[in-house]
Amino acid sequence: MAEPDCMKYLTLSGLEPLVVTPESNFINVGERTNVTGSRKFLRLIKEEKYDEALEVARDQVDGGAQILDVNMDEGMLDGVYAMTTFLNLIASEPDISRIPLMIDSSKWEIIEAGLQVAQGKCVVNSISLKEGEAEFKRQAKLVKRYGAAVIVMAFDETGQADNYNRRIEICKRSYDILVNEVNFPPQDIIFDPNIFPVATGMDEHRRNALDFFEATKWIRENLPYANVSGGVSNVSFSFRGNNVVREAMHSSFLFHAIKNGMNMGIVNPTMLEIYDEIDKDLLERVEDVLFDRREDATERLLDFAEELKVKGSTSTSRDAVIQEWRNEPLQDRITHALVKGIDAHIIEDVEEARLASGKPIEVIEGHLMIGMNVVGDLFGSGKMFLPQVVKSARVMKKAVAYLQPFIEAEKDGKQEFAGRILMATVKGDVHDIGKNIVSVVLGCNNYEIIDLGVMVPPEKIIETAKKENVDIIGLSGLITPSLDEMVYISKALEKENLDIPLIIGGATTSRAHSAVKIAPHYSNTVVHINDASRAVTVVGDLLKKDSEIYKHQIREDYDAFREQFLKRGKKKEYLSIEDARKNKFQIDWNTSEIVKPEQLGIQIIEDFDITKLEDFIDWSPFFRSWDLHGKYPEILSDTVVGSQATELFTDAQELLTRIFDEKLLKAKAIFGLFPANTINDDDIEIKDASGNILETFLTLRQQSKKSEGKPNIALADFIAPKTSEKQDYMGCFCVSTGFGTQELASQFEANHDDYNSIMIKALADRLAEAFAEYLHKEVRTKYWSYAKNENLSNQELIKESYKGIRPAPGYPACPDHLEKNTIWKLLNVEENIGVKLTDSLAMWPAASVSGYYFGNPEAKYFGLGKVTTDQVKDYSKRRHISLEEAEKWLNPNIAQ
Amino acid sequence: MANIKQELEKRILILDGAMGTMLQQYNFSEEDFRGERFKDYPSPLQGNNDLLSLTQPKAIADIHAKYFEAGADIVETNTFSGTTIAMADYDMEDLIYELNYESAKIAKEVADKFTKANPKKPRFVAGSIGPTNKTASLSPDVNRPEYRAITFNELRIAYKQQVEALIDGGVDILLVETIFDTLNAKAALFAIEEVKEERNINIPIMVSGTITDASGRTLSGQTVEAFLTSISHISLLSVGFNCALGAEQLKPYLQRLSNKTKFYTSAHPNAGLPNAFGEYDESPQQMQSYIEDYLKDGLINIIGGCCGTSPAHINAIAEVAKNYQPRLTQEFV
Repeated sequence: MAEPDCMKYLTLSGLEPLVVTPESNFINVGERTNVTGSRKFLRLIKEEKYDEALEVARDQVDGGAQILDVNMDEGMLDGVYAMTTFLNLIASEPDISRIPLMIDSSKWEIIEAGLQVAQGKCVVNSISLKEGEAEFKRQAKLVKRYGAAVIVMAFDETGQADNYNRRIEICKRSYDILVNEVNFPPQDIIFDPNIFPVATGMDEHRRNALDFFEATKWIRENLPYANVSGGVSNVSFSFRGNNVVREAMHSSFLFHAIKNGMNMGIVNPTMLEIYDEIDKDLLERVEDVLFDRREDATERLLDFAEELKVKGSTSTSRDAVIQEWRNEPLQDRITHALVKGIDAHIIEDVEEARLASGKPIEVIEGHLMIGMNVVGDLFGSGKMFLPQVVKSARVMKKAVAYLQPFIEAEKDGKQEFAGRILMATVKGDVHDIGKNIVSVVLGCNNYEIIDLGVMVPPEKIIETAKKENVDIIGLSGLITPSLDEMVYISKALEKENLDIPLIIGGATTSRAHSAVKIAPHYSNTVVHINDASRAVTVVGDLLKKDSEIYKHQIREDYDAFREQFLKRGKKKEYLSIEDARKNKFQIDWNTSEIVKPEQLGIQIIEDFDITKLEDFIDWSPFFRSWDLHGKYPEILSDTVVGSQATELFTDAQELLTRIFDEKLLKAKAIFGLFPANTINDDDIEIKDASGNILETFLTLRQQSKKSEGKPNIALADFIAPKTSEKQDYMGCFCVSTGFGTQELASQFEANHDDYNSIMIKALADRLAEAFAEYLHKEVRTKYWSYAKNENLSNQELIKESYKGIRPAPGYPACPDHLEKNTIWKLLNVEENIGVKLTDSLAMWPAASVSGYYFGNPEAKYFGLGKVTTDQVKDYSKRRHISLEEAEKWLNPNIAQ
Repeated sequence: MANIKQELEKRILILDGAMGTMLQQYNFSEEDFRGERFKDYPSPLQGNNDLLSLTQPKAIADIHAKYFEAGADIVETNTFSGTTIAMADYDMEDLIYELNYESAKIAKEVADKFTKANPKKPRFVAGSIGPTNKTASLSPDVNRPEYRAITFNELRIAYKQQVEALIDGGVDILLVETIFDTLNAKAALFAIEEVKEERNINIPIMVSGTITDASGRTLSGQTVEAFLTSISHISLLSVGFNCALGAEQLKPYLQRLSNKTKFYTSAHPNAGLPNAFGEYDESPQQMQSYIEDYLKDGLINIIGGCCGTSPAHINAIAEVAKNYQPRLTQEFV
């Protein structure tokens, strides 16, 4: 199809595009990464100091270069190797590779090597008619096929164009061949009509600048869409060593060349004076030379240059400009270096950090990890992309490598690893960045990493795990089929009887998947890790001496998670609320036993003797709140945490005795038992003894599609419906043991006794739970007395073996916190016992429990799971609140 | 054969949906994958979907037919991994020609049958050319950023073999797709140009890149515009995006592409984003409504589906696409 004219602009790309339009300013090509133009760069490449060579490239980009010229033409160099290596390295530096490359060589094989490693649209610098038309056409065709633009030198079989006529003649001929015979897009042609030195003292050089200007003008007027470029520094060659004159010459030449249509060029921005700031006398002399305005122009400029030399102001100190970020505080510099992937100063910064730290390892755990966390956050939020993170990891590695000897020295010269970890991206997947980051971070934390790379078959993982006797296997993957591969590996490991913890990571992996699909197949631990910084903690926990408890905890967590997950409905299939109601929990109200409470109405218990609660305390959660994991009382004799647990328990008993003896905490309770009936399927109407309606409890109904015969339960199902014409009953309550907690905690804190400050809160919580348990028992056996002869041990109570239930709003059976408002109104809780509700319906004092009583023998605890919008809408109407408000409160339970 | 460009002037063309998703439903076992012919093949073959063109050709033909029935104008050959590079996993490098040739033939026969039944709606076959499992501009080794697991020339040679076999098998179009790394795609385009020149033929080329995530870039780091610039040196039939994102997430990138290219545009997004189990669960109706947004804004000339899409999705897309005019290419502006 015919191209519209508006598309005929030179467009190049690195990671980002560069469009050269008539409105574009002059396109500046960075020239320092050129072994023929920079002795420093040549030395770096010769000595294979590619890190520093990359810094040269980065400086060019930071300095405003829009295209990066790379040249490796030097007799002593393997040009193809150097070009390939350097461009590959640039590809992993997104700060550099964002701009297009100019592949600069007089050897075709070096150009082709460069084109084969650049994903963007480059510029080839250069081709010409020097070797004849056939070779010119061959090269042009290939340049086009590789998808590059091209610089065409004004050079033909007889030599370089050195005057105006030769320039336009060669450019015209080249253009016609390219456009008409090779079908090369004219906008992708960039002519270089040769910038030669002026003021050389030779007469034939006097028009060099002027001819260039005029040829440029001619090209732009006569060769449609073609561009013009040139190497500006050539023009001042005869003034080498005199930067003031050279900079003035460059600026002036550029100013006029641009006016004539040169739209890109190789300029060292640090060798450029601002045109308007050039000394007027100097500028006049320079332009006399450029435009060949006077016979004695060259002499006058030379004289002027000599004068400057005498004054000693010929070299400027632009090089000494220190990048701003180097002046920032140490942590900011380290973070900056990690985020930007700059390793030029990381050693000195890390050394500074080391001298300031107690131990070298602290630099890794502190300064460097802080920086890496920033990297992780940016990557996670899509603000950094893959190659940048790889680079950050490398800076990290460099820093760690520097610190390693110091770390080893502290350990009497022996390098002891904290563990050996196998890392692999699973078969069929090539994505390994996450794995690499985790490897690096773990390596930084003194773990020995055996990285099997990407696409690792299960057999190799198993073989290596056995041979190397690894402590942990890490599996990574990004694409979705890798999830199945991980499942397969877990089965294979089990089959081989390997007893090594498995850590799972990668973008599509999830805790849900690990818990539901992987963990069940593997007897040892399976942990999902979603970021590298967490990997350090997890691996530490897995490899510490007493890891069994941690592993057990993980297993329990995942089991619970899986159960809940599966309960939620695997395929996310939901019934409409109407259909769910049709499938409600059925109780035969004709035969069901309904007991009328001994005492209806509200009762308040004040100044309760809390010593009665001691036997009702469930201690296991108490230990968990102190990060000691295990079941009471076994935990007290646990081989690992037993002594810690016992010590803690002793301290707790001591404080508990004080609480009891000195009556430090006050316990209060309120409860009510009422006639009740279910109405409209899901609501429970509460009445007083004379039949007046007091309040209505709203319950929520399970909506996930159940297997055949399983009901969709709501708490309302446990109360006889009005239509059954049976009078049923229910209750509700609030207990608190928190009165006095805050005061005590503050006292402890004032004495810098954080231990007891935490202890008192943990104990108050336990006592509140115990009180709820105690009161429930009292209600079952005394006040309601539907279970008069119940005789259950504390263990049986904890296991909820009793008849009837006491579900609490905000917990799985009734996640709707708004129900607390109804309880508070019904019982007048705040006025009666002083427990308040916060805006988000938390109870204050914190050590409080509230809930309902259901007495039916068939009543049981359940989890609501997710509900769908139709129920939320229905609920909002019943609750008389807007849909938005309903959604806010029920949000965690609304199916997406 | 009808000219696809003429068809593109008239209407939006429908590309098919996922092959892999459809094949999963067959639950082929290792034995099914092997068939009689590869009964004793030394390496495990389950999962080598491309091989099914030889061992379960009827299933492949049936899937093509289902997509045509659903309203597809173009089906892709079952050759996503049909290069020596990708087949090295299964030690099946020597089968490359046959795999591509047979896959093309199967698709072409089905297409011809449908065209014959309704000549007013000519059907086309696009030879699917996947990204391979190696990247030419990214190092797989963090400690050796200069290292590459594959070179341009290795890719070029592998792609050339695939392209030759696909053309011999009768494909109407070549589709370089799921481009993670633009340099791989450039090698494929280079190979295609070589074949075109050697055989003195002109075959339409579709190019489809992959924006991997919310950064809006390809895996190899390029922006939409940089990607477009890097592959526009060849005269393409269309350029577009597929995979990784669902139709909804893909739209802004498609918009940018549509603004900047003179070629026809294509998209074959996934059925949403994968859930925790790696399944795609966006329904045909949901996907249809997102695609309709493309159509309303005139972004599209060729539209289909990638991972997780089924004939039902394609049917839903075809139904809605009927009601809209194709995107105008810029030469008419």
